[in-house]
Amino acid sequence: MSAGEALLRVEDLKVEFPTEDGVVHAVDGISYQVQAGKTLGIVGESGSGKTVSSLTTLGLTRRQGARVSGRILFEGRDLVSLPEDQLRAIRGNEIAMIFQDPLSALHPLYRVGKQLVEAVRAHRAVSKAKARERAVELLGLVGIPDPAKRVDAYPHEFSGGMRQRAMIAMALANEPKLLIADEPTTALDVTVQAQILALMERLQRELGMAILIITHDLGVVAEMADDIAVMYAGRIVETGSAESIFAKPQHPYTWGLLRSIPRLDSPRDEELVPIFGTPPSLISPPSGCHFHPRCPYAQPEHARIDPQLEPLGDEPSHFVACLLEADVRSRLWSELGAGGTPEEALAEAGLKAAEGSVQTAADGLPPGADA
Amino acid sequence: MSGPGEQGAPATAEPPGARDGDSGALLQVRNLVKHFPITRGILVQHKVGAVQAVDGVSFDVGRGETLGLVGETGCGKSTTARLVMRLLDPTSGEVRFDGRDISRLKGSRLKEVRREMQMIFQDPYSSLNPRKTIGSIISEPFAIHGLEKDSGARKKSVQELMETVGLNPEHYNRYPHEFSGGQRQRIGVARALALKPKLLIADEPVSALDVSIQAQVLNLLRDLQREFGLALIFIAHDLSVVRHMCDRVAVMYLGRVVEIGTGDDLYGSPRHPYTGALLSAVPVADPSRHRSERRLLTGDVPSPANPPSACRFHTRCPKAQERCSVDDPPLESKGTGTLAACHFPLSSEEIATIGIGQSG
Repeated sequence: MSAGEALLRVEDLKVEFPTEDGVVHAVDGISYQVQAGKTLGIVGESGSGKTVSSLTTLGLTRRQGARVSGRILFEGRDLVSLPEDQLRAIRGNEIAMIFQDPLSALHPLYRVGKQLVEAVRAHRAVSKAKARERAVELLGLVGIPDPAKRVDAYPHEFSGGMRQRAMIAMALANEPKLLIADEPTTALDVTVQAQILALMERLQRELGMAILIITHDLGVVAEMADDIAVMYAGRIVETGSAESIFAKPQHPYTWGLLRSIPRLDSPRDEELVPIFGTPPSLISPPSGCHFHPRCPYAQPEHARIDPQLEPLGDEPSHFVACLLEADVRSRLWSELGAGGTPEEALAEAGLKAAEGSVQTAADGLPPGADA
Repeated sequence: MSGPGEQGAPATAEPPGARDGDSGALLQVRNLVKHFPITRGILVQHKVGAVQAVDGVSFDVGRGETLGLVGETGCGKSTTARLVMRLLDPTSGEVRFDGRDISRLKGSRLKEVRREMQMIFQDPYSSLNPRKTIGSIISEPFAIHGLEKDSGARKKSVQELMETVGLNPEHYNRYPHEFSGGQRQRIGVARALALKPKLLIADEPVSALDVSIQAQVLNLLRDLQREFGLALIFIAHDLSVVRHMCDRVAVMYLGRVVEIGTGDDLYGSPRHPYTGALLSAVPVADPSRHRSERRLLTGDVPSPANPPSACRFHTRCPKAQERCSVDDPPLESKGTGTLAACHFPLSSEEIATIGIGQSG
């Protein structure tokens, strides 16, 4: 992270939703920043808080009755406390967002062009004809063939890939400084995904915008992101440059993600190592390190102590929130990264297995499933 | 209009996709065709066209073998699976299971065959009846086929199945909503295993699951397959998952198999430009190996109601020439292990630019 003032700086953000079952701690004190023109990838599973944190950036959780604390500084303005009308001037203008499911994000009864015109005219005092010209230009920019004709099509006449392009066109309508892309390619086929990612990279180069990409796909972040933040149960557990995170991942959850996906560039017969159990409830998250019930390397005291994000000794921009000693972690990963199992890694690092975790890993039951 | 299923390959005894000298394959699919009619009219419906969902597909699955079916949305992979299961009736073609043609079976004889093959579905939320307990969901196959009539024995069998797939047998009386996505998929697997099938068809079994849960279900399927010697047809759009799971892989495009071969051959030296494009599009979780020169496909998959002539990929193919739009390429060996339906297969230099690691 460079010394320059970041475009977006999130400080100790907490988002809570009061529900009948209790308070959901969706985001539990996270901090990150996005530099102008750069890409930050937020990685996590469903329920990790990655989407809620980005929706909050745009004030989109206000109506859900979310309790928000902390600061979201966008060019110095705090979006958490900004009045709705000023936030509206930023939303869709300086910060734009694209969503996972382009079919439900586009209005089915309006022509694509009309929706684009609306996006342009929401922030620019231009005539309808001018806005329509801009709509055609935008569709062309995102690679929709024959944009002058397609501008009058309805969303259902577009394929999935074209709808996502139309969404991107709409997001770009006012040349935002920051584009938030929430699982932008998850609903798409792999060939279309490659097209959309290439498009986002090209537009970033041409328009100089920053991108905050939210995904569960490690391949996508590896291709797109300059920096990565890994989220688990509402907290960032590891963050750093993409190179550093993939070269020497530090957190057992990151290891779990890396070892649980089959990769095209690894040996075919390499065993997958699942993370056992299931993501925790955010109403009553586990004590101490939120990951400790699923962590094969957790020690008894990890259930009591809250880990803080701390920089690595040799890589000061790479932070991890893990209670294991640095040299223990590096011994564990050297075994795991070479294809070893958690048991072998434990033996290598001279650690005792976490109580019951290895056995539960074998049958895949979440801890505590046996009453 | 040309007749259905007239792909270049003739319907001989040794069709494309068959494994060398293996006549005892568990499943033999030959020139399978499914056209869904497009109709107009309210009272009197007349046919105005057909969606050619599956159009002349042939492959074999050996006993205990895993065959992967990959391709983009709408390529016909799920329809193929449903035809094999006889959940749909084929327009033409043959499905031979254990040596006999099941594509025209009806009633009790079809029911008999269905005991031997079972399916696992993509969405673990909608494929389980929310009003039934896990015990009754898993024992339903016994009820349908009139097996294990004694309730004590049935309960015991169900609990054994639950244990096999890694569920707690004490949860017999719980309802689906009490389980997480991964556990529900285990319930689906237990139900599929109840009748000890010879063939299991898994249609996108992990794509609805979180990353950390996917590996649990993939490992379970692999372990069960080894333990019971099950043949498995594994349908997925994720090429890395298919490579991990499958002995052989068939790549489908617009209702046809365009390339088929062992996992090592197909991923190591793909010959069909479409296979190459698919592999090239997969993002690799390694920032130091950012592939700058990707072969990006342009455009979208054409409509299966009006597919391109001859080679159906020619409209998007970077190597297409005149011939590809008039002359349908047969699925045949190109000398490197796989069978590919292409007049101008990828050269070794082109394969190298795909940029997939050759390790392992």
